Amino acid sequence: MNELMRRVLFLPEQASEYARGVDRLHFFVILTTMVAATGVFGTALYFFVRYRRRSDTDVTPHVTPRPIHEILFIGGPLTLFLVWFAIGFPQYVSLQTPPKDAMDVYVQGKKWMWKFAYPGGPSAVDTLRVPAGRPVRLLITSRDVIHSFFVPALRVKQDALPGRYTETWFDADRPGRYQIFCAEFCGIGHSSMLGEVVVMPAEEFDAWIADQRKGLTRAQDAAPAPGEPVRAASSVVDEGRRIAAEQGCLKCHSIDGSPHIGPTWLNLYLRHEKLKDGRTVVADEGYLTKSMMDPGADIVAGYQNVMPTFQGKLAPPEAAAVVEYIKSLQTAAGVSGPSEPPIYEPVKRPRQ
Amino acid sequence: MSPSSAPVSEVPAYNPRNYLNSPATGLRSWLTTRDHKRIGVMFLVATTFFFAVGGLFAMLIRIELLTPGPTIVDAMTYNRLFTLHGVVMIFLFMIPAIPSGFGNFLLPIMLGARDVAFPRLNLLSFYVYLLGATIALWGMIHGGADTGWTFYTPYSTQTVTKVVPILLGAFILGFSSILTGLNFIVTTHTLRAPGMTWTRMPLFIWSIYATSVIQILATPVLGMTLLLVAIENAFGWGIFDPARGGDPVLFQHFFWFYSHPAVYIMVLPAMAVISEVVCTFSHKNIFGYNAVAYSSLGIAFVGFFTWGHHLFTSGQSAFDAGIFGVLSMFVGIFTAIKVFNWTATLYKGSISFKTPFAYFVGFLFFLVFGGMTGIALATVSLDVHWQDTYFVVAHFHFIMVGATIMAFLAALHYWFPKITGRTYPEGWGLVGATLVILGFNFTFIPQFLLGNEGMPRRYYAYPERFWPLNVASTAGASVLAFGLVLILVYLLVSLRSGPVAGPNPWHSRGFEWFVPSPPPPENWEVTPVITHPPHDYHHAGEAPPGGVEPEPRHAS
Repeated sequence: MNELMRRVLFLPEQASEYARGVDRLHFFVILTTMVAATGVFGTALYFFVRYRRRSDTDVTPHVTPRPIHEILFIGGPLTLFLVWFAIGFPQYVSLQTPPKDAMDVYVQGKKWMWKFAYPGGPSAVDTLRVPAGRPVRLLITSRDVIHSFFVPALRVKQDALPGRYTETWFDADRPGRYQIFCAEFCGIGHSSMLGEVVVMPAEEFDAWIADQRKGLTRAQDAAPAPGEPVRAASSVVDEGRRIAAEQGCLKCHSIDGSPHIGPTWLNLYLRHEKLKDGRTVVADEGYLTKSMMDPGADIVAGYQNVMPTFQGKLAPPEAAAVVEYIKSLQTAAGVSGPSEPPIYEPVKRPRQ
Repeated sequence: MSPSSAPVSEVPAYNPRNYLNSPATGLRSWLTTRDHKRIGVMFLVATTFFFAVGGLFAMLIRIELLTPGPTIVDAMTYNRLFTLHGVVMIFLFMIPAIPSGFGNFLLPIMLGARDVAFPRLNLLSFYVYLLGATIALWGMIHGGADTGWTFYTPYSTQTVTKVVPILLGAFILGFSSILTGLNFIVTTHTLRAPGMTWTRMPLFIWSIYATSVIQILATPVLGMTLLLVAIENAFGWGIFDPARGGDPVLFQHFFWFYSHPAVYIMVLPAMAVISEVVCTFSHKNIFGYNAVAYSSLGIAFVGFFTWGHHLFTSGQSAFDAGIFGVLSMFVGIFTAIKVFNWTATLYKGSISFKTPFAYFVGFLFFLVFGGMTGIALATVSLDVHWQDTYFVVAHFHFIMVGATIMAFLAALHYWFPKITGRTYPEGWGLVGATLVILGFNFTFIPQFLLGNEGMPRRYYAYPERFWPLNVASTAGASVLAFGLVLILVYLLVSLRSGPVAGPNPWHSRGFEWFVPSPPPPENWEVTPVITHPPHDYHHAGEAPPGGVEPEPRHAS
């Protein structure tokens, strides 16, 4: 029954007990609505036929209601609505009260990516890894405008507000990958502000987070990361492409020359870039690496300082692979002129 | 012509001295007119134009969403399109269309008055509307805004698009709304014909009156809010932007304090129309007059205390959410009272399935499902999943397009003979109604399902699993658009060459049908004395109430 109704209503998978509870209310609401509507429309249809006009001069009786009619008209729907509310409101209250033993994850929305930070340091962009069967509390904020963190499979949504924290929680019990959407309009990248909740079996998650914490220390020591699973990348360029995709670089940098949030990577290598402060630099390996580690230092003219630092997130070999990938993105035409500014103009306004 | 002795033969089918040609014809006489009927017609023409503009934006949006990636426009253009669609449809079409258009034309006639209380103010309201519309149009042509019609801060105070002219346009349009509302309230209080007690007023007037109350009380809050956003956008003061010390959620409270009641500014006039249409085409008095009349006031009142249901996911407390949830349900109760009373009106009636009645059927269908999904959203926990998805989009289109546009089209067909003196082709009318109702369903039922599936609104691109339902929705929108164009064509043709209608083609006993078609400039040649409520079909064949002229003596 649950599965049939879920498919009929196009609902996504249910990854938590809370989601299944909300869906039960959903089914109840839909079924009672259909029954009520059938009642109203059936009555109307009967009247259409039974009292169809015979002549333009038909005289009709003057009918007025008795109090019992109006009492039924009010009492019937009121009872139904309050029953719905009596089921729905406690669900909402439970969503507002995370259990005390929940694991905290800090969520930061930002044009146009999700950043997740775990206690103890590890962080991730656009991929939220959580253990199955353990409650997770999200502390959500935004760095710029209002975003909204939405995971359909968990039936959970919470606005991310700049300048304050909101919270929500879930207890996902089915390992799998579930999409994150931004549900509050936030500009041209709104519909690409996607992410993924990866629900892992609890032991796998514990191993992963321990590994992350170790990895963090290692990266700070600039040591190689032997704990990483060895991947048979066909070349350094392929490795760079994979890393660029995983880290979310391609959400802002296009590889086909089209202007986006950041300068395009096509023909970027050895390009003469004009900077915001009027200097010109050649985009060589040194500049590209510096831009990953200290993105605010040399901003290309016409772009905004929105890129997060990858210092500590990319091990040196990974950063090198990304640089090699960028170097591979050359067309026959070769090195082009400076980056075209993006399709929107940055705000020029006196700051207070 | 004395009220009691006019034989049928003396009543010309097409009134030769009517508001269209007296006191003068020509552009100048229209632009300086103080006749509420001419002002109403000018509002109807202007709002219908903006309905077409808004509809064009809607079609472009649907075409863009035909494929998951870019289709015909880029992301920035798409964001401007849905913003302009919302702004045009709400501020330039739906808010003024029924009250300022049909309300202006009909309210004084139904009250037995010669004109509204302040005819000059009425004309001013039209010019204020034109000014606001022009400024908003200028802003649209010169860049447009990309914030959505809700103008949420801090996005709207940071955007580089031309948001200020559009805000200013909406701000000025608000004054038009206030002036018309004020005029209607004073007219209803002071210019009722002798014998027209409050409980003998047509239900149309009750609903328009309730609308006017909301317009006067809520619109100033919108004006103030839009002004604050414009100031912050232009001068960088920190009111809503947290980076400058403001509060972003404060805007949402201000905005919805107006914009939720504004939904009832759009829906109550629709209910006004339907209360007239259902009586005329079932030849019955309304089942529960008092219940329908007071539920309009009830909606107007409770509508002011439901705005928080737009903020269930914005971090407001669970206690607030519960209060707003329950209060929102009361709107559903008042609406349910009306739905049941309209349906019960059909009982023992004499139902004539003409085009306006077809729209009544469509209206009832959309109002029931739009209303019930609204209550479902007010259960709070379901809203968390549906908030800002296509489910909400489909829900409010069921209410605003479904209910309001059905009523607008019903009104257009029902009063077309009164306004123009001519009739439209009934066959084409039913074809148009069928296309519009079916097209509308095929557009928005897939959107309910898209919302269930989790597709957020205002998405330029979407994952491929949402593709099939989006194609279905676009297909439905095409049928809807085709139906609307068809209606426009046959109505325009009928304006010139439609058969002459006569004063009362529907054999209605609504008061406005006792004046000639088109009505003379002074509406009533003698002030009517009202002794019965309207739509007293048990009296058919007898003299109409009091001094009301029995124009169409079809029964005798």
